[in-house]
Amino acid sequence: MRRLLRLLVAGSIPWALAAHGAELRVGLAADVTSMDPHFLAIAPNINIAWHVFDALTHVDEDTRLIPGLALSWRAVDATTWEFKLRPGVRFHDGSELTAEDVVFSIERTLKVPNGQYGIFTRRIVGKEVVDAHTLRLKTATPYAMVPYDLNSVFIVSKKAAARSGPEDFDSGKAMVGTGPFRFVRFARGDRVELARNDAYWGAQGGKSAAWEKVTLRIVPTDPARLAGLLSGELDAIEQVPTADLPRIRRDARLNTVQKVSWRTIFFYLDQHRDRAPGLADKAGRPLAQNPFRDLRVRRALSKAINRAAIAGRLMDGAAIPASNLVSPPVFGYAPDLAPETYDPEEAKRLLAEAGYPDGFAMTLSATNNRYVNDEQIAQAVAQMFARVGVRARVETLPLNAYLPKGRKGEFAFAMFGWGSFSADLALRALVATPDPDKGFGAFNWSGYSNRQVDALLERAFASVDEKRREALARDAMRLAMRDHAVIALHHQVATWAMRKPLAYAPRTDEFTLAHQIREK
Amino acid sequence: MLAYVFRRLAQSVAVLFVMSLLVFAGVYAVGNPIDILVNPQSDQNEIARATAALGLDRPLFEQYFVFIGHAATGDLGRSFAFNVPAIGLILERMPATLELATAAMLIAVLLGIPLGLWAGLKPRSAAGRTIMAGSILGFSLPTFWVGLMLILVFSVWLGWLPTSGRGPTANLLGIPVSFLTAEGLRHLVLPTANLALFNLSLVIRLTRSGTREAMRQDYVRFARAKGLTETRVVGVHVLRNVLVPVVTVAGVEFGSVIAFAVVTESIFAWPGMGKLLIDSINVLDRPVIVAYLCIVVALFVAINLVVDLAYSWLDPRVRPGEAR
Repeated sequence: MRRLLRLLVAGSIPWALAAHGAELRVGLAADVTSMDPHFLAIAPNINIAWHVFDALTHVDEDTRLIPGLALSWRAVDATTWEFKLRPGVRFHDGSELTAEDVVFSIERTLKVPNGQYGIFTRRIVGKEVVDAHTLRLKTATPYAMVPYDLNSVFIVSKKAAARSGPEDFDSGKAMVGTGPFRFVRFARGDRVELARNDAYWGAQGGKSAAWEKVTLRIVPTDPARLAGLLSGELDAIEQVPTADLPRIRRDARLNTVQKVSWRTIFFYLDQHRDRAPGLADKAGRPLAQNPFRDLRVRRALSKAINRAAIAGRLMDGAAIPASNLVSPPVFGYAPDLAPETYDPEEAKRLLAEAGYPDGFAMTLSATNNRYVNDEQIAQAVAQMFARVGVRARVETLPLNAYLPKGRKGEFAFAMFGWGSFSADLALRALVATPDPDKGFGAFNWSGYSNRQVDALLERAFASVDEKRREALARDAMRLAMRDHAVIALHHQVATWAMRKPLAYAPRTDEFTLAHQIREK
Repeated sequence: MLAYVFRRLAQSVAVLFVMSLLVFAGVYAVGNPIDILVNPQSDQNEIARATAALGLDRPLFEQYFVFIGHAATGDLGRSFAFNVPAIGLILERMPATLELATAAMLIAVLLGIPLGLWAGLKPRSAAGRTIMAGSILGFSLPTFWVGLMLILVFSVWLGWLPTSGRGPTANLLGIPVSFLTAEGLRHLVLPTANLALFNLSLVIRLTRSGTREAMRQDYVRFARAKGLTETRVVGVHVLRNVLVPVVTVAGVEFGSVIAFAVVTESIFAWPGMGKLLIDSINVLDRPVIVAYLCIVVALFVAINLVVDLAYSWLDPRVRPGEAR
């Protein structure tokens, strides 16, 4: 497969790049299921929505919050947020954006059957339209995340979307937004066609799209997407396969851009049960206790992993060794933490000290179709563990079988990946003590529990002062990482490739936005 | 005759029933679709809410009875991932696959039978040997690899044909098709060639061995003795006998080309049903999986019926419903 890709790249004889005028054709890597911006909250759908719609708050390339349809926002008191809307913003049908459209959109997220955006709006208990361009939102308890949550709530036109079902979005009837492009056509499994919105509010800042027409082609097979770029049929592609990077970089006709992604890869280790599945001594007898409950064992396993080798060789440089559960640009990243140094001798010493001089046997579970090179990473880590005396049997599954097993607690040591806007959000899902009523620990497969971390997170979520919140989130991150609540491996790096002279400011959130692709 | 058709239809209903039960249990055994569908940022209550909204919190047999109840009224459920009725989703994708499959089978049959006849009549000629060598290649090369090579040669190197996608479509009786526009035809060429290759080889080999066998039969000798021209001997008497196995295989293969063209559809990003099935399995989108397989079963039943009727036309000794 890799060979084949290399052949594809190497074999491309010079072609003439036709001047395509003001049309841009982009190759996307994942299928888009629906045009309804309030249905499934999955990245491919959201990526399309960002072309047609806007949210009150946007994020920049580093995932930091910037003004979107809201010019400014502030906490009036501990439970009230006030948003000032940008004046003079018009929907694609010419009508003006008002606070009513925002209220309608927030309410719609809760009404779409099987919609997933309620998680971003359910905490809002009161909505007050002060005037056409001022809106106050109330929460039951102090909640700092309202501006962040609203980044996920796309604002639709009340006039166009009232009484509209998902089919009306797929057909385009309800696809009336304020975004940089007007919706033209959605051919399921094939493409989305867009046309420039010449009245885009971002145009004043020079952010209007350079393209009159944009075609977002859905090409999930890696070699086919690459072939599309090489044959000149596509102008830009996302998710360039790592194995082909060196050759693409040597191709004088192509530009590549990279940026650390928000997706962090890490390992869960079961810490809440006395006996975890797959753990035994080397003769196959069950262990008297769960070794992962011992901090020294967790640290030993972390030290046994050569992160630099995985990032450099296995990932061809498209990964950065991780010290945090969020990647460096993200809010709440603790810069003082350093990735664990590779030290197999120290790992052996720690294991012996913990009472496992001969190591033990375990099962290392991982996906095989989800993260970049996931299966190979699992194999490499298992070999590194073998060097310190821990025998790890690798078991990989496709995501659809992996997730249900993970949630049921069938793994003792398992790979996972996570992307968040902020450290406190990531920690809340991954390491906070599970508590359904607070929404803590929904993905805490380790069963890690530390009251101090929980308390810091609670304070962070209640703190509307961003500086204080970031400090609290960092403290929680330091505590959890020092405890090896999970073993952080690396942050993925996202890669785009495009024909020269196109340029794109690569994004940590991995979105591919046609209006930000332009000629250099 | 009519009774025979009815009996076949009754059998197919039973098959549909058993199949839906198996698929239901199968998807259930893999896992809870909610685990993969839910937004990662969701908390436990949100997950419980989503599970209940889709009825996935109920026991399996109850979910199944709800499904059967709706299915009886023609409603096969709404896709978890696409949020539109599953049956509509499949029908929307069907023309693309049908067009691809029909084009591929047409190539396989229209090219395969003459080539196979040639190779069977002149097995020791250079042309006959070349045809057979080619068919071995077509047989043994993996579709995936051939597809990539086609893209490499015809799109990337030569730049003659597009790499992927369906291109523009024109409406024929309200159904979007590619073959009516030049650009659509260009998009159709590579995927069709890729999908046809295996069946082309199959038809060639079947026709060739059938021809060689028939040429030795008494009736051919009698026909010749009667003074018929060679064209008539081959074109009518031999061909008719050769066609019986070819029709069987082509029928079955047509079904599987429609249902499982997934490799070709994936490589060429062809928006057909096969790709939909794989995508749906990946997210455990049960309504789509069940509806898809129901349609496929119905399709196979229909094709087999047509094949059986075609037999009796080709070989008057066969009467539908007689031989068991």
